Amino acid sequence: MLTGKVALVTGGSRGIGAAIARKLASMGANVAVIYAGNQQAAETVCSQCREYGVVAKAYRCDVSSFDQVKETVAAVKTDFGTIHILVNNAGITKDGLLAMMKEDSFDAVLDTNLKGAFHMIRHCAGIFLRNREGCIINISSVSGLMGNAGQCNYSASKAGLIGLTKSVAKELAPKGIRCNAIAPGFIRTDMTDAQTDNPLVNLIPLGAMGDAEDVAEAAAYLVTAKYVTGEVLRVDGGIAM
Amino acid sequence: MYFEAIAKVIADRVGCDVSAVKPESTFTELGIDSLDTVELLMNLEDELNIEIELDQPVVTVGDLDKFIQSKQG
Repeated sequence: MLTGKVALVTGGSRGIGAAIARKLASMGANVAVIYAGNQQAAETVCSQCREYGVVAKAYRCDVSSFDQVKETVAAVKTDFGTIHILVNNAGITKDGLLAMMKEDSFDAVLDTNLKGAFHMIRHCAGIFLRNREGCIINISSVSGLMGNAGQCNYSASKAGLIGLTKSVAKELAPKGIRCNAIAPGFIRTDMTDAQTDNPLVNLIPLGAMGDAEDVAEAAAYLVTAKYVTGEVLRVDGGIAM
Repeated sequence: MYFEAIAKVIADRVGCDVSAVKPESTFTELGIDSLDTVELLMNLEDELNIEIELDQPVVTVGDLDKFIQSKQG
């Protein structure tokens, strides 16, 4: 289905990003796995992707750096020839109560989660415009839709991603480039280990936390949904409806 | 210096005679919107084998010519 397509997935070494990388590979896409620090995990994901007979390669990149992203996108383009699908999944948390939050904690989360997505889109846009084709998926969060006490920085970054998604969708739609967001709810990953005690988990209408693969299914849908752009697709067991 | 190349790319794009593209022609007059301008730059990059980082709006074809010259030295 995606044979010959090239996907770039940030935060691709673990959790939701790894699941999306594997899913796109299973659909035939070659995959560039972008990771921040865990090379071994990124290589493992690449190996899993290659089992589907596609090309996969890991790239270390701090997405909060405009210049590093520029170099990484150029390297992916050199290695794979082009890029068709961009998944902005890289994200960090530095949770804390607003009244005690240091400026650094706020900035770091915004820089990676929101500016990181901007950097990637900014540097991939030229490739997409040349191809007159492109699919961007930003991984937001229900935290960005509903807010979440103790996560003002994370919520702000994820809400910002939704604004970014809709603006990019409107700006690039005339050129055949789509941009959508996924808002996962409580998904079992390393990042949400601390959230399993969150009382909100008991309020999930579908009665359980989700898996990274549930989010990957949504990404697979958005990649193939040619008439969908500017959408925010909740994958949250119904908690944010 | 780059004007001829720019005029050719524009003429190809909008389907007009290259002589109709003048330094004082605005992109709006030529039927090229701001996003089209970005695409036009990419065509120029390919044509001229240079990298153009447009970080300011350009109104006329002459503005673009001057901008590219200033970046290329």
